[in-house]
Amino acid sequence: MKKRILAVFLAVAALTGSLSACSGGTTTQTPTPSDETTPSSGADHGNEITVGIAQDLDDSLDPYQMTAAGTREVMFNVFEGLVKPDSDGNYVDAVASEHSVSEDGLTYTFTLREGVVFHNGAPCTADDVLYSFETCAATSVTSAVVEALSAVTDTSVDGNQIAMTLAAPNPDFLSYVASVYIVPKDYADQATQPVGTGPFRYVSRSVQENVILERNTDYYGKGASLDRVTYKIYEDNTALFTALDSGSLDLVAHLSVDQVNNLSNGYTVLEGTMNLVQAIYLNNAVAPFDNEKVRQALCYAVDVDAMLELTAEGHGTKVGSSMYPAFTKYFDPSLADAYPHDVEKAKALLAEAGYPDGFTFTIKVPSNYGPHVATAVVLVEQLAQAGVTAQIQQVDWNTWLTDVYTNRDFEATVVGFDSSTLNASGMLARWVSDNDKNMINYNNPEYDQVFAQAQSTVDDGEQTALYKQCLSILSQTAANVYLQAQADFVAINPKLEGFTFYPLYVIDMSKLSFKA
Amino acid sequence: MKYAAKKVLTLIITLFIVSLLAFLAFQIIPGDPTTKLLGTEATEAAKEALRAELGLDRPVLVRYWDWLTGFLTGDMGTSYSYHMPVSDMIGQKLPITALLTVISFFFTVVLSIPLGVLAGSVRSRALDSFFTALDQVVMSIPAFFIGILACYIFGIVLRVFSPGDFVSYTEDWGRCISYLILPALSIAIPRIAMTVKMLRGAILNEQGQDYVRTARSRGNSRRAILSRHVLKNALIPVITFLAVSAAEIMTGTIIIEQVFTIPGIGRLLLASISNRDFPVVQAIVVILAAWIVIVNFAADLLYQLADPRIRLR
Repeated sequence: MKKRILAVFLAVAALTGSLSACSGGTTTQTPTPSDETTPSSGADHGNEITVGIAQDLDDSLDPYQMTAAGTREVMFNVFEGLVKPDSDGNYVDAVASEHSVSEDGLTYTFTLREGVVFHNGAPCTADDVLYSFETCAATSVTSAVVEALSAVTDTSVDGNQIAMTLAAPNPDFLSYVASVYIVPKDYADQATQPVGTGPFRYVSRSVQENVILERNTDYYGKGASLDRVTYKIYEDNTALFTALDSGSLDLVAHLSVDQVNNLSNGYTVLEGTMNLVQAIYLNNAVAPFDNEKVRQALCYAVDVDAMLELTAEGHGTKVGSSMYPAFTKYFDPSLADAYPHDVEKAKALLAEAGYPDGFTFTIKVPSNYGPHVATAVVLVEQLAQAGVTAQIQQVDWNTWLTDVYTNRDFEATVVGFDSSTLNASGMLARWVSDNDKNMINYNNPEYDQVFAQAQSTVDDGEQTALYKQCLSILSQTAANVYLQAQADFVAINPKLEGFTFYPLYVIDMSKLSFKA
Repeated sequence: MKYAAKKVLTLIITLFIVSLLAFLAFQIIPGDPTTKLLGTEATEAAKEALRAELGLDRPVLVRYWDWLTGFLTGDMGTSYSYHMPVSDMIGQKLPITALLTVISFFFTVVLSIPLGVLAGSVRSRALDSFFTALDQVVMSIPAFFIGILACYIFGIVLRVFSPGDFVSYTEDWGRCISYLILPALSIAIPRIAMTVKMLRGAILNEQGQDYVRTARSRGNSRRAILSRHVLKNALIPVITFLAVSAAEIMTGTIIIEQVFTIPGIGRLLLASISNRDFPVVQAIVVILAAWIVIVNFAADLLYQLADPRIRLR
């Protein structure tokens, strides 16, 4: 019964999702049967919530040094740039009260908002903004941001106006500006006691236990409603689920469909999609994957729908190329079915490529990502039907980073790639042949040329068309065996409202409030 | 005196070797901390700069020497991941593991001695075989399995315990201790079974001694002999065994902390290994090794205290 209700809701959601141009990922509401207890903390919440997270913030908390997605997800509530992304993927003013771009696309002018105060009580001045941009450009771990900022040839301050001039027009510039979180000048303890301007201020971190944020009472705009958010850390997925099921948590995101089905408490379940592209990433430089026909054969051999059915009861969205569906502006749904499941065709292509009897290869999968491992297991079976023998080698995350990502010593791997900045190049720049993040050694002059052209185009419509062309080149040449954007389930205390999916890996706590 | 000096020397040499081995182990396993610290987007130049900053570009032995001299002067360094002083982190986590060890040890002592006496005084052959067999089975179950079973029974079936819902002693002592009872028992149960077996054996052995027959012939009851004479003698090997158990319980917490997601030094150790956070790993390894050596030393002393005939050399 429960499943059928879910299915109906999903169908409705899919319909409405396809009609509206909303880019926050499809969302559906599925109240689980509430015949048992409701989340206990709802009884006397005191305007505080407890959120369960699956990873420790074992990272620097410095806004320019944070690397883990989980850390960014939490600290999104503490830091803000001059502009910040909203749930539709647009940029709205934050520390700046307004911004404008000159007609030639070269000069960006920001007006510093009046009355912005840092969490340590210091007022935010133009000096702090300049300091933040300089520090970010010098120390950021996100190379795309460093690169974008290095194109700023001149920065001038006139009262509360800050103007930046670029060497060449960059339509994505605002997305990088949003990554430059504004911090107080010469404050040295960002790594352990971060100070920003966001709707929540950082209170404390207890290693492997919790992270506590409190409402920023001096926030300039419509700030947060919740007084306090405690993130409890459960590095063990079972423990996280048990705590959730016992009712001691108000919000847990990134649940699997199995976990949702097993929830017995009266949580509201929301479904969105993960903002990443899961694929069998193939090392295009090693045989036999240097042969386009072999890569295409693998695409035909894999049955993504069956895989989704087996691993997630059909939840998840097929992608077909390096773009996730929440990015509606660039996502091209027609590519998702470019390679329908066809074992005969796969065999024929393999024969043409000189592998009539198939071949053997190894898929390296990071062992800490259960969903990727599960996907790989199903794919191995599917590939076997086309005569291709794949072996799974599980490696720990650090080994994966060194061997696969950095040294490119692999044949194939199943992971998900996301975008560190909210723009198309965050997904596409890495496949340019000389990009140092081009882990798969993709080498296609046509792709390089179209991507470069897109980068230098100022007109938004033309640029979007070029990026879409990049996506179809990736699909045609079967750069990777593209799979899906995984379904992302959120269980939330039914007394809470305002949860919003973003096309970024963040949870905006300032949108949440208890129902009146 | 000579004995104490010898033990201290052993302690120093052990710690030296253990810390060196831990240090070298990191040279063998793949992965380096800069990848974790700078993420997937960092440039090679940035990684090189960080390696230089952390001193990772210098020869292993030079780094080991630096770490050693720092450690000896009380400076455990700064965690690569958390950017906090290692001593602060250990200061927060060690009390949790210590508390778990103490509770577990308490259960071991309090439960194993009465049970052992009981097992040693059972005279029905059938009952004795049953107890011995049961004891053997319990002893062979690994602590982590008991932990998983306990989580399942008390957490999921009975719902009287929520696994993972640990509350630190800094917030609430009562809830912290009550959370630690099940994990402490999980570690204690196999240890209890071992102690019971040992005590039973010792009691049976003592009861075959001449002095017991003499006492019996003078009209003492079995019960009186057991409590007045036999137990005293039978406890000598058990005391040493319990002292050694204290060392093993501490190391047993490493696994049980994973099962019950208790944020003690065991969890910190494992997370730090996968993050390649050398300074934290080094500090924890040295603390654990020191604990084992010191507890063994204490066991020797206790042995001597319990039986003045034994002279330590």
